[in-house]
Amino acid sequence: MLRIIKYIMYDILRTRFMFIYFLFLLLSTIALFQLDSEASKVVMSLMNVVLMVVPLISVVFTTIHFYNSYEFIELMLIQPVNRKVVFWSEYLAVTISLSLAFLLGVGIPILLYGANASALMLLYSGLMLTLVFVSMAFLAAVLTRDKAKAIGVGLLFWFYFVLIYDAFVLWVIYTFSDYPLEKVSLALIAFNPVDLARILMLLQLDISALMGYTGAFFKNFFEGYAGFIFSTALLLVWMVLPVGFATRIFSKKDL
Amino acid sequence: MRDTMRNRCVGVVFYVSALFLLLSSGAMAKEWKLSPKQSIAEVVEQAQAGDTLRFVAGVYKQANIIIQKPLVLLGEKGAVLDGSHQHEILVLAAEHITVQGLSFQHSGRSSLNDLAAIKCLDAHYVRIINNQFDNTFFGIHLSNSNYALIEGNTLKAQALNEYELGNGIHLWKCKNARIVKNTITGHRDGIYFEFVTHSTIQENISTKNMRYGLHFMFSNDDEYLNNTFKNNGAGVSVMYSHGVSMHGNRFEENWGESSYGLLLKDIRDSEVIDNQFLANTSGIYMEGCSRTQFHGNEFKNNGWAIQLQASCNDNTLERNNFQGNSFDVVTNGVVVLNTLKNNYWDKYQGYDLDKDGLGDVPFRPVNMFSTVMERVPAAIVLWRSMLVFLLDRAEKVIPAMTPENLMDNQPRMKPYDYN
Repeated sequence: MLRIIKYIMYDILRTRFMFIYFLFLLLSTIALFQLDSEASKVVMSLMNVVLMVVPLISVVFTTIHFYNSYEFIELMLIQPVNRKVVFWSEYLAVTISLSLAFLLGVGIPILLYGANASALMLLYSGLMLTLVFVSMAFLAAVLTRDKAKAIGVGLLFWFYFVLIYDAFVLWVIYTFSDYPLEKVSLALIAFNPVDLARILMLLQLDISALMGYTGAFFKNFFEGYAGFIFSTALLLVWMVLPVGFATRIFSKKDL
Repeated sequence: MRDTMRNRCVGVVFYVSALFLLLSSGAMAKEWKLSPKQSIAEVVEQAQAGDTLRFVAGVYKQANIIIQKPLVLLGEKGAVLDGSHQHEILVLAAEHITVQGLSFQHSGRSSLNDLAAIKCLDAHYVRIINNQFDNTFFGIHLSNSNYALIEGNTLKAQALNEYELGNGIHLWKCKNARIVKNTITGHRDGIYFEFVTHSTIQENISTKNMRYGLHFMFSNDDEYLNNTFKNNGAGVSVMYSHGVSMHGNRFEENWGESSYGLLLKDIRDSEVIDNQFLANTSGIYMEGCSRTQFHGNEFKNNGWAIQLQASCNDNTLERNNFQGNSFDVVTNGVVVLNTLKNNYWDKYQGYDLDKDGLGDVPFRPVNMFSTVMERVPAAIVLWRSMLVFLLDRAEKVIPAMTPENLMDNQPRMKPYDYN
């Protein structure tokens, strides 16, 4: 398995996409630090990058990569290798390279310009989002045979979680505003990994405002580690479930 | 700077005159030395006006000591007056009494009476200096006592429930008091003023009190300068007063649903100048507040920098810094009767073509989503999402939900340097 991962990693590095992604993150982070002297404002701007760009790149790159290495996968499957091993090698190689590009691209400037709790949380939530969206893109990729269709499905995932789902949540909250909505709103958030990552950031950036909320349930959630553990646990579920489904589909699929 | 110089001058004059007073009376006054075995009440009985009572180190388990003549009570290091959890300790009921360097502990608790470590009744010109108060119900309690000086005291209380606590420094119906450099922790209200006029609260540190760091009612023409109010249950509240000056104070980390850095209710003709509001849930909450000047304040990392209720009018917010707040200004109406001018807003994205340091397009500090949150607080879970960002952008172009006229016409491009 390690050897397959190694070959896939070589393949990924050869396309230079990873390098460009790394450079883009590095330069934009440095630029933000240069433009703004205040670290907290930089983190706020970077948060938009993390919540939007990271999922998008993860989805697009993963689907394209999967279809580009279709022949390689077919070749591997001719060998006496388990299908799951091939699939998991693909998954791990993509995850590791995207995560590394993100961690280095954003992490190096953060370390250079001074790391604080909210910056570290930013790295953490970016990493989690990478894992989740790579996992989702693999699901999208095994669902169809058509490359364009798979990219479309991946983009739909992205668009849905970044925008449409939140609009739905806002509509629910607004329509049922006469009812106690604390638990409902938190439950709704659990169904969106981007929102979960955002909550992790809110706990760092807006804790003074969050503490102004009246509900005891909310307060307990935001105080201490409850919110952090809740978000992390659910993000892990979001990572495991799609790739689990994808593995099952892939191992039975007629290539 | 000029203010602190002036204060220092006033302080020096005060000390010199106090010294003269001490020296001139010292010539004829007698000094009594007390040890824990003696009855304080008897010595007080025998002493003449102007005498000094010196307490040597030790625990004096004596309470309800009533002083009705001008004496000086001096504590040596380690002299402790103990109220045995039952009684009031000292009652001052004459003019010109000085209490200095003593420790007080374990006063009684009562829900009927305001039991205090030091209670002043009609005692003008008292001086309470450098004392220590541990676990007292009320620390220093003044009623109808003018020209008091309360300086350099440390008050600490520990209790789990609010009803077990009294106020640290409590003034009722006083004039011309000076409360300087005290440290108050863990009381109900750190400093409490009711019907107190022409008084100064200066350089005190009031932290971790269960209710307000400073509670201020019906008290006109007072000033509070350079105090620190940190981590109090409900912050600082100033109500039903006029002519109040607040300069150079720090309001920090007052967190909670009804916790405010500074709560202003029915205040008029006052000044809030050069203060710092750091990481509070609400920096300033104002209701029924009019003709008040807010200049040179710094609002940093608050949940809401200013909650400006529609009942406020003719206030001016000028040359303040707004940085890193989740929401800068929220309001609950559309009528705008207040002026915002030349403030620095870190969320401002306009330009300055004529390079005069002021932005060329106005800034509307009311965020559309904060209006949504006023109606549905649970919506906070969507804050900083892409959707909210887009909605906010749309609202900025065509204001529909936010008051169109609540704006800073000439926002400053760079923050003011107030350090």
